[in-house]
Amino acid sequence: MSRRRLLSLRRDIPAPIFAAAGVLVPLVLLGLWWGVTALGLVRPLFLPGPGDVLAEGLRQAREGILWADASVSIYRITVGWLAATVLALPIGILMGNFRLIEGALEPLISTVRYMPVVALIPLSILWAGIGDGQKILILFLGTFFQQVLMVMDNVKTIDMNLIRAGQTLGFSNREILTRIILPAAGPGIWDTLRITIGWTWTYLVVAELVAANTGLGRRIMDAQRYLATDTILFGTLFIGFLGLLTDAAFKRTGRLLFRWTRR
Amino acid sequence: MLEIDAISKTFTVDRKAVPVLDRVSLSVAENEFLSIVGTSGCGKSTLLNILAGLEDASDGTVRIDGRPIRGPGRDRGVVFQGYSLFEWMTVEGNIRFALEKSDLPAAEKSERVAHFIAAVGLRGFERAYPAQLSGGMRQRVAIARALVYRPRILLMDEPFGALDAQTRGMMQELLLQVWEDHKVTVIFITHDVDEALFLSDRVVVLAARPGRIRREIDVPLPRPRAFDIVTEAPFMALKREILTEIRAETLRAMGQEAGA
Ligand SMILES: Nc1ncnc2c1ncn2[C@@H]1O[C@H](COP(=O)(O)OP(=O)(O)OP(=O)(O)O)[C@@H](O)[C@H]1O
Ligand SMILES: [Mg+2]
Repeated sequence: MSRRRLLSLRRDIPAPIFAAAGVLVPLVLLGLWWGVTALGLVRPLFLPGPGDVLAEGLRQAREGILWADASVSIYRITVGWLAATVLALPIGILMGNFRLIEGALEPLISTVRYMPVVALIPLSILWAGIGDGQKILILFLGTFFQQVLMVMDNVKTIDMNLIRAGQTLGFSNREILTRIILPAAGPGIWDTLRITIGWTWTYLVVAELVAANTGLGRRIMDAQRYLATDTILFGTLFIGFLGLLTDAAFKRTGRLLFRWTRR
Repeated sequence: MLEIDAISKTFTVDRKAVPVLDRVSLSVAENEFLSIVGTSGCGKSTLLNILAGLEDASDGTVRIDGRPIRGPGRDRGVVFQGYSLFEWMTVEGNIRFALEKSDLPAAEKSERVAHFIAAVGLRGFERAYPAQLSGGMRQRVAIARALVYRPRILLMDEPFGALDAQTRGMMQELLLQVWEDHKVTVIFITHDVDEALFLSDRVVVLAARPGRIRREIDVPLPRPRAFDIVTEAPFMALKREILTEIRAETLRAMGQEAGA
C-alpha cells in the first residue's frame, strides 16, 4: 500500500492500519511525556511523569477514594443527563414536527443556550440548595438546551417523502409520528444522546465547583489548592477514560438497536 | 377517468409570488400509460404531488370519476423521486406495511405480498433490509409497495433517474410487464425521451416557468414492446418530434433568462 493510497481523499484504508494509527498517536505522546519528565526538562511541580500519575491513581484506588469519587460523580452525571433527556426528547420531537411549537420555543432556547452555566451557579444554589440537587441541576442546564435543539434537528432532517408515503398509504398523523418519523429519526437521535452525554461529562468540574466533598471534579479542584499536579492530571485523564467508556457503550448499543443501518 | 382541470400553483418565495404551474389540463383514460417530460424545475414533481393529494393546487381541480380529490387516498399509489423506503423494515415489511389499512384477511395479505415480491423479481430478498440492496432493487421494492394495495392510479416521479443504463432498461421492461398484468393507470414523470416513448401511450411535454402543457404526442407503437423498438423508424420519428419541442422550449427559457 503506497503512501498515496493511504492519503487519498475519503478512501477507506485497511482496518488494522486505522486502528494502529489510533494507538500510535497516544503512545508517541506518552513517550514524549515520559522522555521530557525523565530527562528532568520540566519540574515535577509543572508536569509529573507518567509513573507518578499512575502511582497517584493506584493510591486513590487503594484508599477507596477513587471508587467513592467515581460513584458519586457517575450518579450525578446519570441523573442530570437522564433528566435532560427525558424532557428534551418529547420537546425536541414536538418542535421538529410542529412549526408552531418550534416558533414558540426556539428563540428562548437558543438564547439560554449561550448563557454560561458557571454564571448560573449562584442561582442554582439559591434554588436547589447545596446538596446533590444543585450539582444535578448544573449538569441538567449544561445538557438540556443543546440536546433539545439537536433532537429537533434530527426529526426535521428525515426524508419528507417518508411522511408523504405514509399519507398516501392512509396512515393517521399519530401513526405517521410513531411508526415512521420516530424510527426514521432514531439513529440520529441516538447519536445526539451519545454526543450530549459527552458534554454532560465536560460540565462535571463546574457542577462540583462549590459545596461538594466528594466527586472526581471536586478532587481536581482540591488538588489545585495544594498544587498536587499528579492528582490533577490523574483526575483529568480518568474523567476522559470514563467518557471513552460511555462513548463505546453508546456506539455498541446503537449498533444493536439499529441493525438495519448496516450494509 | 382522471381529469386534471386547469391546475395552477404559485409558491411564495421571499414574499414574491412564483408561478410554478399555469392552467395545466389533461384527461387520462383508464389503464392509460402517460408520461410527462420537461426540463428540471418545470414543476413536474409539484404536479405529481397535487395529483397525489399531498399538496393543494392554488387553482383548479383534479377529479377521479367526476369526484374532486380531497387529500391523499388509497386509490392512488406513489413512487417518489429517490427511493423513500422505510429503512428499518425488511423488504417484506415495507410491502406489508402498505397493506395494513386494507380490509383483507391476513392470509390474503401474505399471499399478495409474496405475489408482488415475485412480480418485481425480489424473491430470496424478503428478509433483507433496504441498506443491503442495490439502487435497482430498492426501486423495485418501492414499486411493489405502491402496487400491492391495488391503487387504480400509479404516480411515478422519475423512478429510474438514479439507475445506470442497463438496470434502467431492465426496470422499464419490468414495469411494462407489471402494468400489463395488473392494468393500472400510470402517470410517469421523466426527462428521458427514450424512456417516455418506450413506455407510454401518450407523452406530454411541459414548458417551463411557469409549467404548462406545450404539446401532447400520441405514441401508436404496437405492444408488447421489446427493447429494440428504439432503433426502429417510427420510434425515431416520434423522438425527433419530441426533441424538437424540448429544444425550442429550452431555447425560449434560456432567452427568457438572458433577457431577465
Ligand atoms: N415548497 C416549495 N416552495 C417554494 N418553491 C418550490 C417549492 N417546491 C418547489 N418549488 C419550486 O417550484 C419549481 C418546480 O419544482 P419541481 O420540484 O416541481 O420541479 P421538477 O420539474 O420536478 O424538477 P426536477 O426535474 O429537477 O425534479 C422549482 O423552481 C422549485 O424551486
Ligand atoms: Mg422533480
